[in-house]
Amino acid sequence: MMPDTGAYMIAGFAVILGGIIVYVTTIFVRNAHVARQADVLNSRYENLSKESHDS
Amino acid sequence: MINHASTPRSLLFLDLLALLGLIGAFGLVIFYAPLELTMGSVQKVFYFHVAAGWAGMLGFLVATATAIAHLKTGSLKWDIASLAGVEIGMVLMALCIISGSIWARPVWNTWWTWDPRLTTALIMELIYAAYLLLRSGIDDSRRRAKLAAVYAIVGFTSVPLTFLSIRIFRTIHPVIIGSADPAVAGSFAMSARMQITFFSSLAAFSVLFAALYWHRYRLGRLQGEILEKRAALEMESE
Repeated sequence: MMPDTGAYMIAGFAVILGGIIVYVTTIFVRNAHVARQADVLNSRYENLSKESHDS
Repeated sequence: MINHASTPRSLLFLDLLALLGLIGAFGLVIFYAPLELTMGSVQKVFYFHVAAGWAGMLGFLVATATAIAHLKTGSLKWDIASLAGVEIGMVLMALCIISGSIWARPVWNTWWTWDPRLTTALIMELIYAAYLLLRSGIDDSRRRAKLAAVYAIVGFTSVPLTFLSIRIFRTIHPVIIGSADPAVAGSFAMSARMQITFFSSLAAFSVLFAALYWHRYRLGRLQGEILEKRAALEMESE
């Protein structure tokens, strides 16, 4: 008789697919964070260029 | 100006391909691959378990190749590429180890045993965890890149050792590809349907790796640009 190991199969796939989803999410969150930082730095850089141009 | 333009179309296409590949492979595993008689449903974890391990080792291989490129050229872009390979390799290898442990519980009647394959895989994971620790401990980017590159090359010796461990040591881990001991618990011969599912899973995880790698590399490049820009702005404001 075939053993009932369905629960372990579900757990195995949950770990693999869940892990991939979590990692993909961290990449997108980090990307969004870095993009925000880039915007702040770009605007600071523009302000500095304007100030030096005015003076 | 730091350019963080939207994702290129080719990367979006690769994302779509990875997603469809993963869904397709999962469909084959669940609906097409036959049930193995002695292990039951849990045997199906094997397809993604091996594919995750394969893609993880691919990550470490890419990390080593790019580390060599960094040592040859001195370019920091290769350091970013190496870090991306290690990070994705570690994630996929961790998923491989954990899913293997879940498979082992009903088949070996234990979550973990200090078998050569399991032990070498864990050591490999710890070696690359130390790589990340090493990087976080060095501020100077040039020095960090150089040391990390040397470490990645030396650390890679653990990868073939892990791959070959089930072939050169006495082990209870099944050898599915190549000559296998049929007496090993969890060992099985692959039917044609199993082989199709297995190689489809390997292909799907390879595409997934490529997509993840590209995203992680772009993130690393952007992080590097921000650090450079911030340092330049601080110099200017002084």
